Amino acid sequence: MEKSHFNFDTKEAISKPVHVGVVASGDLEVIFRPTNQETEVNVVTGSDGFKEVWGNVLKRFFDRYPIQANIEINDFGSTPGVVNLRLTQALEELKDEK
Amino acid sequence: MATRSWTQNRDAKAAKLASISSILDGKFVKTENAKNLLESVINPGDKVVLEGDNQKQASFLSQTLPSVDPEKIHDLHMIMSSVSRPEHLDIFETGIAKKLDFSFAGPQSTRISQMIADGTMEVGDIHTYLELYARLYVDLIPNVVLVAADKVDREGNLYTGANTEETPVIVESAAFKDGIVIVQANEIVDKVPRVDIPGDWVDIVVPADEPYQLEPLFTRDPQNITELQILMGMMAIRGIYEKHNVQTVNHGVGFNTAAIELLLPTYGEQLGLKGKIVPNWEVNPTPTLIPAIESGWVQTIHSFGGEVGMENYIAHRPDIFFVGKDGTMRSNRAFGQMAGQYALDMFVGSTLQIDKYGNSSTVTNGRLSGFGGAPNMGSNPTGRRHSTPAWQSFRPDDDPLGKGEKLVVQMVETFGSNKKPVFVDHLDAEEVQKEAKLANVPIMIYSEDTTHIVTEEGIAYLYKTDSMAERQAAIEAVAGVTPVGLRSNPKQLADLRARGIVALPEDLGVRRSEAKRSLLAAQNMDDLVKWSDGLYNPPAKFRSWS
Repeated sequence: MEKSHFNFDTKEAISKPVHVGVVASGDLEVIFRPTNQETEVNVVTGSDGFKEVWGNVLKRFFDRYPIQANIEINDFGSTPGVVNLRLTQALEELKDEK
Repeated sequence: MATRSWTQNRDAKAAKLASISSILDGKFVKTENAKNLLESVINPGDKVVLEGDNQKQASFLSQTLPSVDPEKIHDLHMIMSSVSRPEHLDIFETGIAKKLDFSFAGPQSTRISQMIADGTMEVGDIHTYLELYARLYVDLIPNVVLVAADKVDREGNLYTGANTEETPVIVESAAFKDGIVIVQANEIVDKVPRVDIPGDWVDIVVPADEPYQLEPLFTRDPQNITELQILMGMMAIRGIYEKHNVQTVNHGVGFNTAAIELLLPTYGEQLGLKGKIVPNWEVNPTPTLIPAIESGWVQTIHSFGGEVGMENYIAHRPDIFFVGKDGTMRSNRAFGQMAGQYALDMFVGSTLQIDKYGNSSTVTNGRLSGFGGAPNMGSNPTGRRHSTPAWQSFRPDDDPLGKGEKLVVQMVETFGSNKKPVFVDHLDAEEVQKEAKLANVPIMIYSEDTTHIVTEEGIAYLYKTDSMAERQAAIEAVAGVTPVGLRSNPKQLADLRARGIVALPEDLGVRRSEAKRSLLAAQNMDDLVKWSDGLYNPPAKFRSWS
């Protein structure tokens, strides 16, 4: 079990909370919450030693989609591809509701 | 002037056959005399083809060969399309064999790599299947070929059925050049169901102690298809199959393409593509194609080999598959590879590594796996002269003598399941070349032949790039957080998207939220059996009784 915390300077506010995915082997859940504070991501993962990869995945995501949100991630050994899929699926849900 | 005999090879063959008359009954040699037979007809240094591809293996003869006396038989030059079984390599350790020319060494790739490094084995070269078959007729003409048949009649006529595969091309190379053709038979019958290889080409038949080894290599359980593979499949259908109007196709063996096969009847149908794309296939009879066949997407399939469990289904679908008068399928690996090279709009495959330039290889550290057929299908045949809409879609507008190109698509997740990056600066193959002292780096598909790369992030349309720098940028844009992908930046991505060189799912109208397993036409093996109306009979290891 490893916890990590990241901050990003992103400004596109989100309107509603969204929840995508489940904590299952090779999968993760992603929860986006609106915030007026600095964008913050808290990751809890079952696979230790991948903090740099998490940082890279999140930076790439926010580079492409600069939303302002408080994000909680609970992971059980997902590949970076699956993490990105859940993050972008959450984004799609936000757009649907607009 | 000294008279030269022009029939030395024929005379030598006749002498060899005469020398085994005591164990020969017509064309038949008893099972227990197999070792004696091989010791009598093989000479030291002979070129010997041992049949074995990634599915079918002449396993009785390959198990007999290591038992010969290395004092009598040694330094053989083995020619094998697939090095699959442990005894294929044992004979190099005992000195029975010395040199190897081959195509593929999947299951033995680690050991073969070590044996080359140790000098236990001398490698001629790594080939594609088609190259190796071609050389059997030019500079690797065999002295002896060892092949496998399902049924043999008293005259030596062979029935090789659904798994005819490479048997004809091997037998022909020996039969008409005074080589000796030795066949292991699963069964001796009065009359074969049909003649796949005429008895006239066959010298010796040995009944095998058990049926030849046959692997269900192309069976993919839909249960193991992931959402990422579904997402990539959706992008490929929209951004490649539909966009280029692809009619003729080969799919590799992976789960990525299995996902596409299972998306055609659902997602493809929603897009209104039925009847518009991929009616004609060169592919093994993969069970995951059953829903697409049953729902009318697929018109014809020619196959390199058979697939265990598909026999009865195929027998009942002769309009789709190539089936003999006897009602069973006929495959042909040489013709399949030929079709794969020249008659297809598109090849879709996968790989273990792609470098920053777009070269890909399945040869990774310490594993000299070889490539089988992928380089044939995954290359642009510059000798091609016929045109199709997909081929023509690559014709440059500004060149009056320009011509089309084959679509060569690599589909990969940016990270493998072992969390190792697929996109790398340097292929492991470069290191393997040095270790194994190969003439060239064992690249499976070259960048110059690769038209598209699909990852979970999007599609890189490499054929649209004007320079290597631009090609690298396009690869970086879809390479995720691999070391290669991290070089991409938002400005570059925006530019590549604007020019249609890179497409993300949203650019293709693909919704990531729809990438669910429920979108697959079959969720598991049981669903495939149901789609087949009970005609598909999955091998035991793919059955679940839950």
